[in-house]
Amino acid sequence: MAIVYQKSKGLTDAELHYCPGCNHGIVHKLIAEVLEEMGLLDETIGVCPVGCSVFAYKYFNCDMQEAAHGRAPAVATGIKRTHPTQPVFTYQGDGDLASIGAAEIVHAAMRGEKFTTIFINNAIYGMTGGQMAPTTLIGQKATTCQLGRTKEQAGMPMRVAELLSTLDGCVYAERVCVTDIPHLNKAKKAIRKAFEKQMAGEGFTFVEVLSTCPTNWGMSPLKAKQWLMDNMVPYYPLGVIKETSAEVK
Amino acid sequence: MTAKVTFNSDRCKGCELCVSVCPKHIVAIDSTVINRKGYHPATVTDISQCIACASCAKICPDSIITVEKF
Amino acid sequence: MEKELWKGNEAIAEAAIRAGCDCFFGYPITPQSEVPEYLSLHLPQHGKVFVQAESEVAAINMVYGAAGSGMRAMTSSSSPGISLKQEGITYIAAAELPCVIVNCMRGGPGLGTIQPGQGDYFQATRGGGNGDYRTVVLAPSNIQEAVDFVQEAFDIADCYRNPTMIVCDGLIGQMMEPIEWREIPKRDLPPKDWAATGKHGRDHTNVINSLYMDPEECDDHNADLEAKYKLIAEKEVRWDTKDCEDAELVITAYGTPARIALSALETLRAEGIKAGLFRPITLWPYPEKALHDLAGQDHVKAILDVEMSAGGQMIDDVRLAVEGQKPISYLGHAGGVMPTIEEIVESAKKALKEAK
Repeated sequence: MAIVYQKSKGLTDAELHYCPGCNHGIVHKLIAEVLEEMGLLDETIGVCPVGCSVFAYKYFNCDMQEAAHGRAPAVATGIKRTHPTQPVFTYQGDGDLASIGAAEIVHAAMRGEKFTTIFINNAIYGMTGGQMAPTTLIGQKATTCQLGRTKEQAGMPMRVAELLSTLDGCVYAERVCVTDIPHLNKAKKAIRKAFEKQMAGEGFTFVEVLSTCPTNWGMSPLKAKQWLMDNMVPYYPLGVIKETSAEVK
Repeated sequence: MTAKVTFNSDRCKGCELCVSVCPKHIVAIDSTVINRKGYHPATVTDISQCIACASCAKICPDSIITVEKF
Repeated sequence: MEKELWKGNEAIAEAAIRAGCDCFFGYPITPQSEVPEYLSLHLPQHGKVFVQAESEVAAINMVYGAAGSGMRAMTSSSSPGISLKQEGITYIAAAELPCVIVNCMRGGPGLGTIQPGQGDYFQATRGGGNGDYRTVVLAPSNIQEAVDFVQEAFDIADCYRNPTMIVCDGLIGQMMEPIEWREIPKRDLPPKDWAATGKHGRDHTNVINSLYMDPEECDDHNADLEAKYKLIAEKEVRWDTKDCEDAELVITAYGTPARIALSALETLRAEGIKAGLFRPITLWPYPEKALHDLAGQDHVKAILDVEMSAGGQMIDDVRLAVEGQKPISYLGHAGGVMPTIEEIVESAKKALKEAK
């Protein structure tokens, strides 16, 4: 009997608390698989955010630090600067990273901090019950824009991967999703590349994962996948936003 | 080649992502079963058709599926 | 030992290096900017880490990350910047991480002034951040104490896994005076086997966290913290007194006002007035018992609290400690205005007169 696929050793045995079909579980496992395959689990230190994935420290089989809302890039800076040879990552949602944590992520990217950020963009605030996020789309309804987001009231949604790619210290930024197996495979490759570039000491690496939030979008997991492809992908293009080659010494 | 697909059914949340990615359309929700979380878990309807691609296992957010082959 | 002339902020920075500080994260703000400036040059020369963070908020969170992964971490700021750090400090206390925070206090509230102040006493000793936690707070009154306390603070922080704060007023940070680099006795410290350093073969993961969703777990965690704070209160409380053995008028003061009060004592004693000084050194844990017992002495008739604060903040702790045994008066200024020797002398005489 050959095992074709089993749960990654990079995940603990804890049951995930996420909603049915939530993409957090999928992205957690891609990170776990990459770290396991690269043999990095034993040295990795991860930083988890405030948001639905606040309990990520229960799910990854590596040392973890829980950060205050938005502060994960600063926490990761403190860790990576004092542990420069070890893999460090932050895992953040759209409120954590693009709202309260906007300064921290921009400056970590500016400084070229050598850690990897996995950004879960589901265009809404999940944990607190469905409020508008910086990435909520025009016309999309949320509990703090109940008639749908308008440009006049809230401005256009933020494209974080593009924003960070303007900074020299950000050496790799790609946007992916996990709606089907081909996209999931690409997402895993992007996460792997991000960690490889981190371990090569190139600079700040960033993977933005467009994700579903079936509960707060008010649709089934399958309908949510379709909604994402139809509505999010046109505004948040998939693919490599930036990739610089290794620094010439 | 014989495939074996095991579901840790008690942890299944019935999200149907596995159903949607199976290229042979042999994964389905078993509405005759209710697991201890109150969901109808997913299962393979015809294992003889399974090609052990593990698409179901890869997309499962809760990592409840194990795929093996002889 | 030879004395060297040092500027306060630079001496504080050098003290951190001598204490084995692994990393410093800070942000410029008057009157403490010389601390990050000095460390930006010298820490890397010792192979240690310096980062100028994008804000005081980011800096304290960098401290959290570094401390959580087992390092000796420090930040410094002045009053408005310490306001920004309150969230980080409660997280550090809750996760039981060691770190050193230096506050070079300036006048407030709000943006205030760049001149010295003592309006952060409440902020330092009453939390400032949310929840039931305590920060160990040491208040030097001259640069010698500042350098000694900064060095001790790293050990205190590691010993109890708690944030430890040094509060100077801006004067101590900016002035220059001769100091000695003393051998600070080292404590026996437990290994940091709780730190998130990467598993490295460990059979379990280490998680640094302050979230306890289960009410009983959260209650238990808080009970553990309380037990720790009781232990700290027993073992770490410090104060100093001068001429209190027969004092009729006791001045309570800390930091620079305490130093000015020492000069006032000379004037008062020369005029035949039995004045003494009670100087808390740990603002938390506050030397309540010592002050309570002193206030209870028959020879003590009145207490005068002197602070660089509009209505006084330490005066609340003085009142709590004195417990109504003797009348308490107050002399204070804000905005960087220093109480003068003459003012203290006049207020002391007035307080004594009113008590008799």
